[in-house]
Amino acid sequence: MNFLPVYVRELRSYFTSPVAYVVMLFFLLLTGVFFMVFVGDFSMASMNQSPYGHGPLNVTQAVVRPLLGNMSVILLFVMPLITMKPFAEEKRSGTAELLFTYPLSDLDLLLGKYLAAFSLFMAMLAVTLVFPMFIAIFSEPEMGTLISGYLGLVLMSMAFIALGLFISSLTENQIVAAIATFAMLLIFWIIQWTGNSPILRHLSVLEHFNNFAQGLIDTRDVVYYLSFTLLWMFLTLRVLESKKWRG
Amino acid sequence: MIQLDRVNKFYGDLHALKDISFRVNRGEIVGFLGPNGAGKTTTMKILNGFMAASSGTAEVAGFRADIDSLELKRRIGYLPENVSLYMDMTVDEYLRFVARAKRVPRRDLRAKVDRVAGQCGLEDVTNRLIGSLSKGYRQRVGLAQAIVSEPEVLIMDEPTTGLDPAQIVEIRDLIKSFAGEHTIILSTHILQEVGALCERVIIIDDGRIVTEDSLENLTRSANRGGNVLVRVQGDIAVLRERLQQLDGVTGVRETGEKAAEDECELLVAADKDIDIRRAVAESVVGAGCGLLELRPIRLSLEEIFIQTITRNA
Repeated sequence: MNFLPVYVRELRSYFTSPVAYVVMLFFLLLTGVFFMVFVGDFSMASMNQSPYGHGPLNVTQAVVRPLLGNMSVILLFVMPLITMKPFAEEKRSGTAELLFTYPLSDLDLLLGKYLAAFSLFMAMLAVTLVFPMFIAIFSEPEMGTLISGYLGLVLMSMAFIALGLFISSLTENQIVAAIATFAMLLIFWIIQWTGNSPILRHLSVLEHFNNFAQGLIDTRDVVYYLSFTLLWMFLTLRVLESKKWRG
Repeated sequence: MIQLDRVNKFYGDLHALKDISFRVNRGEIVGFLGPNGAGKTTTMKILNGFMAASSGTAEVAGFRADIDSLELKRRIGYLPENVSLYMDMTVDEYLRFVARAKRVPRRDLRAKVDRVAGQCGLEDVTNRLIGSLSKGYRQRVGLAQAIVSEPEVLIMDEPTTGLDPAQIVEIRDLIKSFAGEHTIILSTHILQEVGALCERVIIIDDGRIVTEDSLENLTRSANRGGNVLVRVQGDIAVLRERLQQLDGVTGVRETGEKAAEDECELLVAADKDIDIRRAVAESVVGAGCGLLELRPIRLSLEEIFIQTITRNA
């Protein structure tokens, strides 16, 4: 195991190019706008609430859940921009030729790059924790829903990164990698609408997130995301190995 | 140290390497010579574990490229033909990254990076971004990354391409300074490079090894024929006949070069191991011509190379 040098270099390279900053900016901007809208709607609703109204107003239901749901969709747009670079750029610029002659196994390369993308996303996600903190100051959100929701986002990002890196390993064009990753993620999202088949529903990436957003940690969903991650990581390793034979 | 045994490589239908076998001993500097597209880079890439051979075995420092590729990669330094480095890193950061990737222990890291930076003349640019360096400096960074882990074997693919003449001399001196510490195999299509650096030459053409010998033997064997060039003044008709009757002479031919109207250059081909210079001089004088120049022809490395390759075509 010698993935640390790759990891450090990869993480650095995210921050020496504008990509990380732009992606972070727009991710936080979008989630921030959604947060503002949901909080605005919620406070409007609470002011309109008559003292003898129809049942209690619930901040978890009105703000936390829709926010988590929207973040999962934004993830779909943002993740391809994070995962397009790692392998594609090495091949395009020719640095792969040297990298592959260093005593690093394919797994070292994949883990280094995977963890770097994952760390970048974790940093972005950590900043979004200010939203629940605001809610917690002025109201009482359910902690359980927040925890399971964030766990769901982490698991989902792991799955998306694995798929994105696989596609990045197939091409040397970052734009192709980003578009193909986005298209694949979109397919795995809308697959649940293609029919009533329970199998297709089960394959959908966002379907599995709904439970997390509702405060439910179901092992089926956890297993789904983990197996999705491992499948694409395994396929990426096969692609890296095949480089040896194709030259 | 390096051993290739009947290595073949196919790119689809293209048979790029055909039964390549050779050995390089510890401490040797071997030049891998061939025209463009002969298979030099392919051989290098098989040796450094980047690519797998279609058949046959490649072994470096006792480790096979297909089985122990990680162990093999720990013992080599590779300089690719077009060195692509990470443009967004400084020289120091880059060398530290390479050293760590090559598993240099943490406590030796600083010392080794500083040492190679000094060795390759990079002290003044250690904190500059690689992207802002000139081609010559990038080539030095390329060399530095190859030797930073003090590998036993250095594999260099056309180490001086794209450099200006002054830089070429610098890089060659640098490579020469590595001799002894490392076993070096370098590919090139520039012949002076081989003459300047290598003790032994392997000539490859169209995926086959056509010659493998020490530089000395190669030049000597090609020069064994006692060919002589004479430049004379006067009528050459008589001289021609006389020369052709000399002992050992197999042919006389005009080269067509003329410095003046009444001058003529003749190339006298003779059997090898017979020195005909004296006899030629006597015939020139005997035929009443003026002897302006007489010299044995030594084949340069260029001519040997072209001869070898055309003979095998």
